[in-house]
Amino acid sequence: MKRNWNLIIGLGITAVFLTLAIVGQFWTPYGVTQMNSAAVNRPPSFAHWMGTDNFGRDIFSRVMNGSGSTFFVAVCTVLSGGLIGILVGAVTGYFGGWIDNVVMRVNDILLSFPSILLALIFISLIGPGKYNIIIALGILFIPSFARIVRSEMIRAKELDYVKAARIMGVGEFRIIFAHILPNAWVSILTSAAIGFNNAVLAEASMSYLSLGIQPPQPSLGRMLSESQAFLFNTPWYAIFPGLTIIFIILGFSLVAEGLRELQE
Amino acid sequence: MKNILQKLVTLFITLFCISFLTFTAFSVIPGDAALSRLGKDASPEQVEALREELGLSDPLPVRYGRWIGSALQGDFGESYRYQNNTVKSLISHRLPVTILLALISLCIILVISVPLGILSARYSGKWIDVVSTQVTQVIMAVPAFFLGILLTYIFGLVLKLFQPGAFIAPSENLGASLRYLFFPALAVALPKIAMVVRFLRNSVLSEMEKDYIRTAYSKGNSENAVLYKHVLKNALIPVVTFLAMVIAEILAGSIVVEQVFSVPGLGRLLVSSISNRDYPVVQAIVLYITCVVVTMNFIVDVLYEVLDPRVRV
Repeated sequence: MKRNWNLIIGLGITAVFLTLAIVGQFWTPYGVTQMNSAAVNRPPSFAHWMGTDNFGRDIFSRVMNGSGSTFFVAVCTVLSGGLIGILVGAVTGYFGGWIDNVVMRVNDILLSFPSILLALIFISLIGPGKYNIIIALGILFIPSFARIVRSEMIRAKELDYVKAARIMGVGEFRIIFAHILPNAWVSILTSAAIGFNNAVLAEASMSYLSLGIQPPQPSLGRMLSESQAFLFNTPWYAIFPGLTIIFIILGFSLVAEGLRELQE
Repeated sequence: MKNILQKLVTLFITLFCISFLTFTAFSVIPGDAALSRLGKDASPEQVEALREELGLSDPLPVRYGRWIGSALQGDFGESYRYQNNTVKSLISHRLPVTILLALISLCIILVISVPLGILSARYSGKWIDVVSTQVTQVIMAVPAFFLGILLTYIFGLVLKLFQPGAFIAPSENLGASLRYLFFPALAVALPKIAMVVRFLRNSVLSEMEKDYIRTAYSKGNSENAVLYKHVLKNALIPVVTFLAMVIAEILAGSIVVEQVFSVPGLGRLLVSSISNRDYPVVQAIVLYITCVVVTMNFIVDVLYEVLDPRVRV
């Protein structure tokens, strides 16, 4: 059997950055908001692996802590959007009817919007902030999960094993959640990986536009927008947070790719 | 034809729903035109009086009717933030810049990704395809705004090909404006190029496996003849539908990238209006963007049907 390199490398990258982010919540080499006027704008060195910013704050510490918020937002949005989406997809797909039509129509419209755009629209309504980002993105992820689960329901509800279960008197909800849904887990996971990917991108973009995570809490997007004023003299201030975002997204997209191969 | 008509009806219903939702959503937010005009110090009686005068106490459907009526004529009221500026004038100054930016990036995407996608499929499994697959995978992971910052650093600060922040309006000097916009357009385009290349490659490859292709080969066609005369015609159809998504993505990308390059477009206006709680402006831009995306999808849907007769059945 061919090794699924996408999945292995993707999980590896994700594991490394997730570990850094989790450790960063409890311990960082320097204080996250600790300023040091003696070490302002230092290039990367042994003392400061990613250099320091214009206040002398250690960029590596801020990247560690900031990627924590990134993962937190991503996990919360995918979990909330995923759970509601699975529920909606399961019920509409299994029972069908006009509600199914309306829900799918709304889903079609939502899916035609890029997540950054929809997040912006929601943020314009409910205002900036970390938890508002989670709410906005969580709602946005409902359709993609609902669609996958729905098609699995439609495919499976006429199959023999489901019919047999029905004849044996198994309840409708038990059929949906205990019999059909477990067969869809690989597609749900793929969708979750794509969701993580989009959530990280959208969170970083919103924070870059200062509509997401608010200072003094560090966030990767925010660091990039702050770094821009000093780009010429301290390019490392932009490059390391940027690379971190790229690696986190790359990890998730490789996992998604690997899971898709697994399905085939 | 009947199908297209049906789609047109759906389009109008969708547009109606979107406009109604946009209006309702923004009228639920605390703080309205009367409050923003009088400021925090006004007495409740004064606010109530102005509300009555502006018609803000009317029932929701009445207010919606009035709003959509003037919106259809391009009148979205006045900005809260910029005194004596209509929303229309604010938007009409910035819209051309965003459209120009989007058009340039669409051109860049098409010019680069179509040949690359075809090459990648033509030599699938060979080194050019392997390299392209890996490179596109990585590029897709780069956020457009970080690409923008990298391009600013390399082309703006180190190579000095343009001066970051010194945008020249297209009405002043079109050439200079285009040269400046090329870099933000490139930042928006690169991740999408990667998307289109992959999509086109897979589309061509799945077309290659069909029976009529084997027939074409057995008739003695060369590989190039099969590819250019038979496969491409069919493989490009799904790509056309994919373009609607790409255009929506370009729009989203431009909003963020305008901020990186300080391009005074619709996106910057939207972001600053959200921060300033300038709701009439936000409402108008949101309505505008949603309508563009929905209409674009409709056009592509119809185009798909025209291009591919099989869908019509």
